[in-house]
Amino acid sequence: MALDSMREICEKAEQGQKPFWRVVLETDIEEREVTEEASMEKMRFTWKAMLESVENYREDRRSVSGLVGGDGQKMRDYAKNGTPLCGEYLREVIATALCVGESNACMCKIVAAPTAGACGVIPAVLVPLYKSGNAGEEEILQALYAASGIGAVIAYRACIAGAAGGCQAEIGAASAMAAGALTALHGGTPEQISHAVAMALKNLMGLVCDPIAGLVEVPCVKRNVIGAVNAVSCADMALAGITSRVPVDQVIDCMGEVGRRMPVEFRETALGGLATTPFGKSVKEQLESKNG
Amino acid sequence: MLDIFDILGPVMVGPSSSHTAGAVRIGSMARTLLGSTPVEADIGLHGSFAETGQGHGTDRALVAGLLGMRPDDMHIPRSFEIAEERGLRFSFRKLQLRDAHPNTAVLTVKDAEGKELVVQAASLGGGRIRVDKINGVDVNFTGAYNTLIVRHKDVAGELSRITNELAVGGVNIANMSVFRDRRGGDVLTVIETDQKLKPDVRERIRIIYAVNDVTYYEKEDA
Repeated sequence: MALDSMREICEKAEQGQKPFWRVVLETDIEEREVTEEASMEKMRFTWKAMLESVENYREDRRSVSGLVGGDGQKMRDYAKNGTPLCGEYLREVIATALCVGESNACMCKIVAAPTAGACGVIPAVLVPLYKSGNAGEEEILQALYAASGIGAVIAYRACIAGAAGGCQAEIGAASAMAAGALTALHGGTPEQISHAVAMALKNLMGLVCDPIAGLVEVPCVKRNVIGAVNAVSCADMALAGITSRVPVDQVIDCMGEVGRRMPVEFRETALGGLATTPFGKSVKEQLESKNG
Repeated sequence: MLDIFDILGPVMVGPSSSHTAGAVRIGSMARTLLGSTPVEADIGLHGSFAETGQGHGTDRALVAGLLGMRPDDMHIPRSFEIAEERGLRFSFRKLQLRDAHPNTAVLTVKDAEGKELVVQAASLGGGRIRVDKINGVDVNFTGAYNTLIVRHKDVAGELSRITNELAVGGVNIANMSVFRDRRGGDVLTVIETDQKLKPDVRERIRIIYAVNDVTYYEKEDA
């Protein structure tokens, strides 16, 4: 997309006296040569698919390795019947992130946001607000435009693939997108959105991509939880008036730089990190003997 | 260039945008380029596709694409069974290619009439793909645009005759590349366009004297 910095989006918002999300929408209209209705319709389709990815969760599904499945339901049950430390919203955020991450590992339909491995983060923060009636569909779609504009800038300046920049580029990017979306949804200014994005990305900087047996299962599913919870805290900090001392575009560039200098063992190759723990290696061996 | 629905999307069957969604698109690209229904497919997997492909359903995703499914088709996990029902025979093997992207597949596909095509393509991440070779000739296109692939003889003025038909049809060219094996031999011209190509435009190009055949790939949900 033709938006190559957060600063550019903020300046366009200020000059045109329009919200952050509208700058992204108008860029999409211009670039893909579509009408506003057509763009909105596609975003609505994307949102519906996200909602379905949460609703279609089933606790009895298991992933290829058998390591993943059922945790989303455990968290849902505990949220309902237990005494969670988290408040009502945050416990739903955790459960939703697990449900969508597990569904992805079990070959169900999800929305890559920005990748399949990080698909749980954005639905985790938005779907509970929608279901509890605290956000309507129009507001959600606007928040998704904000999220996608942020993701486009990160993709342009840094990267959004674990193979290119580690988990910080997948869960980190998703978390930044979610933080910006939540800030926009709660009436934050473009400046506040930028601070939320910067803080979210900084908090996950350096996170490696180390999937056991190379599968999008362990630790990916639970990393969706930290991405989502981090987004909520960063959005609240930004809305409280707390600022990132390092400007957002510099943080994004820095994430890209950390990614480029990250050893290849920590970039989705399954040659380091949790993948090469004794447990990680044993899972890989078991799978190999099973597949011949 | 990414648009916002590359960032928020695709809507897809998991678990991996590169190893699953991209693999479906590679299979479906091979089917489109063949221009008919494949009944036989030999699928070579290179790099990470060969190493972690099974766990990501890359094998089932490639077959699903050959059957014409899209990345969000819930039948992808069952593609092997569906292939058997529809009479598509397939086999897999590991490949080691030189200078290829780590997520690369080479598909040799054949239709019922015996027409054969070899496609080498890579999955670049986020579900995006790139076709690198067709029948051994280097090419470079992604399916992010409507794509016209014209195989023709290497004669003077041929390109202007082809592009003239696009101009008359009101079609703007986004990218264009020309690949030939040798002077006076066969040429593969790949033209990526902003607009869709109507059948009559394609037909007028097909009947140009030195054109051997025309293949057209239309961008997903443009």
